[in-house]
Amino acid sequence: MASSLDIAGINKRFGKGDKSVEVLRRVDIQVAPGEFLILVGPSGCGKSTLLGIIAGLAEPTEGEIRIGGQNVVGMPPRDRDIAMVFQSYALYPTMSVADNIGFALEMRKMPKAEREKRVAEVAAMLQIGHLLDRRPSQLSGGQRQRVAMGRALARQPKLFLFDEPLSNLDAKLRVEMRAEIKRLHQASGTTSVYVTHDQVEAMTLGSRIAVMKGGVVQQLGTPSEIYNRPANTYVATFIGSPTMNLLRGGAQGAGEFGIGGAALALAAPPHAAELLLGVRPEHLVLQDDAPWRGQVSVVEPTGPDTYVVVDTAAGNVTLRTDAQARVRPGERVGLAVSPAHAHWFDARTQERVA
Amino acid sequence: MTAKPSLFPSFGRLMVYGVLALATAFFLLPLCAMLVTSFKGAEEIRSSALLALPRGLDGSAWSTAWQSACTGVDCNGLRPFFWNSVAMAVPAVLISTVWGALNGYVLSLWKFRGSDALFGLLLFGVFMPFQVVLLPMSQVLGWLGLSSSIGGLVLVHCLAGLAGTTLFFRNYYAAIPQELVNAARMDGAGFWQIFWRIVLPLSTPIVMVALIWQFTNIWNDFLFGVVFSGTESKPITVGLNNLANTSSSVKAYNVDMAAAIIAGLPTMVVYVLAGKFFVRGLTAGAVKG
Repeated sequence: MASSLDIAGINKRFGKGDKSVEVLRRVDIQVAPGEFLILVGPSGCGKSTLLGIIAGLAEPTEGEIRIGGQNVVGMPPRDRDIAMVFQSYALYPTMSVADNIGFALEMRKMPKAEREKRVAEVAAMLQIGHLLDRRPSQLSGGQRQRVAMGRALARQPKLFLFDEPLSNLDAKLRVEMRAEIKRLHQASGTTSVYVTHDQVEAMTLGSRIAVMKGGVVQQLGTPSEIYNRPANTYVATFIGSPTMNLLRGGAQGAGEFGIGGAALALAAPPHAAELLLGVRPEHLVLQDDAPWRGQVSVVEPTGPDTYVVVDTAAGNVTLRTDAQARVRPGERVGLAVSPAHAHWFDARTQERVA
Repeated sequence: MTAKPSLFPSFGRLMVYGVLALATAFFLLPLCAMLVTSFKGAEEIRSSALLALPRGLDGSAWSTAWQSACTGVDCNGLRPFFWNSVAMAVPAVLISTVWGALNGYVLSLWKFRGSDALFGLLLFGVFMPFQVVLLPMSQVLGWLGLSSSIGGLVLVHCLAGLAGTTLFFRNYYAAIPQELVNAARMDGAGFWQIFWRIVLPLSTPIVMVALIWQFTNIWNDFLFGVVFSGTESKPITVGLNNLANTSSSVKAYNVDMAAAIIAGLPTMVVYVLAGKFFVRGLTAGAVKG
């Protein structure tokens, strides 16, 4: 019984009058039942504040939060039927793992036998059945993370909220738990909102992603929309690693785009102002006879791919090539862009043109 | 230490032990003098040295101090004063500790507009000389009909100790992450449930500190005891003073010493029983989840 979530016209200001600070501006997001929404952005972009407002730990200055169609603004957290996984896990230090997982059920006056059954089910699902008698301080980071997840799962709430739940784990565990969260979401089908600053988590987990900056949603879309049609240069450079190359230039006659000292065979969209050409590293290819040339400055093998940084008259660009590429620093190379993968932005507004 | 253990301690070690022994003697000798004197008879006190051991264990000074020494007109010893102090200290300690814990809980984990300013004002109470409040307090006790009663003393001690216990708990609870409270709120726990089920179980060390601190202060208090008590409600500190100042032809030093030890014994017992919690509580820091 997944619920929908409507974030409608949310504004949040701290302080009053001239000194007030606006941390969220006109945030509108409709989350369908069963969806997994990612809020991603740098620290201070308002994503955690928004999560707190959904949870009821903070109130918006304006706007409504509707869960299953019902406005919950002003309702205390306990009545919203939302479970949350915190960055620090926030496990109750003096309670056993079983009591931690069962605490919310106890608060909701579920009979003891039923509670124990539910706790055992959840523990089995998360493979922590053997830890039920331990205290949180006796667990490893990954185990604590699982208990925190178990505490949320046992509730069977209308909504799951995640506040950067993987950021305290080491890299290997993070990948493991990421897959685990995806598996659990697919199994339970509960509508989820997940806050992260990690673009890989955003891309792999989300059914839709809201990229935020300065309290404003920059773009809301599926991972592939965000990746393939970024709405502005901020989104374009925030998602994707290494980041997208941005080259300033202007159309030169028909079917040619001029960038510092070279003309690319690209038809720029008709536009009055100066343009920025965006090219992802994987869409930039080495081509011996290309007119755009530069000198290789750095070669970074990563295993499956190799990143090559090339100094050109239009600036430094990064390209991704396969591991077999035989390029050396100092070598002169030619670069080409495939027209299908060119992104165009207005150089002044930074917004997408086509 | 990588050096081989030597049969003889080094010079530095000897100095350390020497200084510690001196300090110990400095603090223990008065107690020794009191103890040996309390077991001597009047004649023996005059003839023997201050620290000389008594010839025999004569407990009569102790029973006199407890039940028959004169404290002014009455000659019932310290016993009634002792029970007055118990009746005053136990509720006052418990109430001021629980009250301080609640204050600290709110000031650290349920902050409201102005809560930090309120805490700042409360801190004045820690440093305020209590002589300042004697007159207004006696007025208030009069209005409440609590003048010269043990109930009045309990109230005065609760109020006087509240700033200190609030400070203890507020600073201890500042180390509890806000996320813990938020998690409990989302789990459906209310203000009191979070306090009882999550915050209080984490508080053992600081509860011990507050209990010991408050018990010592309240049991040893003389100022409030002498100002706000009536004939039937004087605490033991006032009783001891009266006992020592009631003049007779010969000063009964053995009775005075026994009485002083009786008056000080409860705080000593509390320290011995809970002292290790006290040190642990004062140094306890962050609450690791």
